[in-house]
Amino acid sequence: MKAQDLVEVVLFFVLLIGLTPILGNYISKVFIGNKHFMLPVFGWLEKLIYRFIKVYPDEETNWVSYTINLLVFNLIGFGFLFLIQLLQKYLPMNPVNLSNVSWHSAFNSSVSFVTNTNWQGYAGETTLSYFVQMIGLTVQNFLSAATGIAVLLALMRGLIRKNTDKIGNFWSDITKSTLYVLLPLSILFAIVLVGQGVIQNFKAYETVQTLQGAQQVIPMGPAASQVAIKQLGTNGGGFFNSNSSHPFENPTPFSNFLEMLAILLIPAALTFTYGKMVGSSRHGWTVFTVMLILLIVGLSISLTAEYSANPIFGHLPLMEGKETRFGITNSILWSTVTSAASNGSVNAMHDSLSPISGMIALLNIMLGEIIFGGVGSGLYGMVIFIILTVFIAGLMVGRTPEYLGKKIEAFEVQMAIIAILSTSFAILLFTAWASVSKAGLSCLNNSGPHGFTEILYAFSSAAGNNGSSFAGLNANTFFYNLTLGFGMLIGRFGYIIPVLAIAGKMAGKKITPLSAGTFRTDNWLFICLLIGVILIVGGLIFFPALSIGPVIENLLMKSGMTF
Amino acid sequence: MKTLIVSIKIFLLFTVITGIIYPLLVTVIAQNLFPSKANGSLIFKGNKVIGSRLIGQKFDTTIYFSSRPSAISYNPMPSGGSNYGLTNVRLINLVNERKNKFIAFNQPDSLITIPSEMLFASGSGLDPHISPEAALLQVERITNARHFDDNQKKRVLQSIEYLTEKPQLSILGEVRINVLILNLELDKLSDKSRVNK
Repeated sequence: MKAQDLVEVVLFFVLLIGLTPILGNYISKVFIGNKHFMLPVFGWLEKLIYRFIKVYPDEETNWVSYTINLLVFNLIGFGFLFLIQLLQKYLPMNPVNLSNVSWHSAFNSSVSFVTNTNWQGYAGETTLSYFVQMIGLTVQNFLSAATGIAVLLALMRGLIRKNTDKIGNFWSDITKSTLYVLLPLSILFAIVLVGQGVIQNFKAYETVQTLQGAQQVIPMGPAASQVAIKQLGTNGGGFFNSNSSHPFENPTPFSNFLEMLAILLIPAALTFTYGKMVGSSRHGWTVFTVMLILLIVGLSISLTAEYSANPIFGHLPLMEGKETRFGITNSILWSTVTSAASNGSVNAMHDSLSPISGMIALLNIMLGEIIFGGVGSGLYGMVIFIILTVFIAGLMVGRTPEYLGKKIEAFEVQMAIIAILSTSFAILLFTAWASVSKAGLSCLNNSGPHGFTEILYAFSSAAGNNGSSFAGLNANTFFYNLTLGFGMLIGRFGYIIPVLAIAGKMAGKKITPLSAGTFRTDNWLFICLLIGVILIVGGLIFFPALSIGPVIENLLMKSGMTF
Repeated sequence: MKTLIVSIKIFLLFTVITGIIYPLLVTVIAQNLFPSKANGSLIFKGNKVIGSRLIGQKFDTTIYFSSRPSAISYNPMPSGGSNYGLTNVRLINLVNERKNKFIAFNQPDSLITIPSEMLFASGSGLDPHISPEAALLQVERITNARHFDDNQKKRVLQSIEYLTEKPQLSILGEVRINVLILNLELDKLSDKSRVNK
């Protein structure tokens, strides 16, 4: 690793820390209802939307109605996306005449984009028309991110209100998230990306004769507008098959740097928003610190592993699956960030990373996507772990556990456990099933422990709503499209419903004022406890699976064994 | 029932806003500010398109600088990498094969280490770059194949230096050189010499 690489990594984190309060403060203004600078720009549109759907934004609902609204809205999004893929051939903006998508692939992709996973069993440039990419996928990139923010807002309201059953208005939450947070950032970012060389047009694919005289078909399309939101909304679904390693999605080191920053930007800012809204900026920064520590530790391990010599390739820099313009450091930084943040876009092929670097990406996902995590979902996932930590700490000292002045009781802990276990069960049970079935094993690209890791990574990515992959696994089959699709549904809604239930229950409780005996959630002791609980509760369950995947592969590689 | 109607209505509105207006707005702005980049940074020879400066092309003949190995042979439909893990014996065989081929092809000094991007395939399969070191190792072979004199060889070396891209803003990314652009320079050099003769 060169000194220049280190400077870049440090700059990355300095910018991340610096932008967090700026954007976080703005987002809190949007949702508290204060004046902000986007109000004159899109305020009229917000009012127009409410008038058209005949909803008063101040009319709030209880958690059950909030959940039903969310589920129905997501179901509509799913249905629309599913249908336009099945009917692609008959729809406009299909200059290369791509045919209809198979029903199981359409099911998988629709679930994938609605759940903010953006797992892709298909290859964009040879499967989907501009119509589906734009009117189907780009829309869900926005709406799934907005859904995540909405759930976080509902949870926040549940924590700061008392003696009520109202946790907000879902329609107003997604409208504000989209119009004031996601859309302005995306427009700006998309244009900057085109300035670096990301394409944005509606032309037909260009067939050229290369210098050597071969034919090459150069794909086209409205890529920049989708790349911007897929990075900002922690979606990650590429316009092209090879995602952000494709020169048309990520042409320069500068575009690469911005795309990496965009992955963490909103999830990091939301920790500040959270602190501000629950009345303790210190608590917001505490949560941020926990995430940052986990991210940096993972990054350090991953960089060390990728730069280490091994008996198979000696000191040869490991450039398989990596682009010359990015090199190793940028590829590893991206792989760590994208897996931590539930984004899932890639600028290097994770399947070809060294075993331990691949494992760090996998572990980031398995921990529940709470190291910054998805937009909204990362932080509400983290709050689940905070509730568990407060509960465990309370048990240790023999006091009723409290969080932000609210008593944590049996119901909340049960819900928290359901949320964590539903994802873990989905990962492990589906992986086990695929590992012993012919349908699962026939799709591998690598043998030995690495082949097992391909399966484990696929289901972790699906249930963790990440979307990155060990892409050697040929997952566009009946078996994988369906199992991964259900994995994504369990991982998304098996988490959201318990979180909203907690929000509803918490809203009804009274707030006890802080006293000397209150267990503090804004100091180093709490940071250590929270990291401990995340690693033990979230991580330990996967230890056996990791042992027979990347851990053993690393040991065998060190002894020069190949498969 | 109310939920269903509201859902459908708001979904349609957002489809129009984020699925139609947003991409069209970005397209209009992009096509005005950066028309060439928005359309794929295409390179024209006369009025014929011969490629994109961002999309690598396959080069494996003696008269051109070779591009990186590619799992898809530089056919972008669709893009992708090999996805081989490090313990995959197929990857190890491929690397050895490429190493032997590079040595036989370019006859470099026996002590030299071949830059690793020439032995490993890229993630997109369309990587347009190689390192300047990898280009320098090929100069001898190319000037021989093109019967270049010393003066022309000097011009080739100058082109490599001139076309080498430094890390962006001095700290982002790696030192690299665009193979297609470099090979176009080579052709220009040959054309000129033909005219002079």
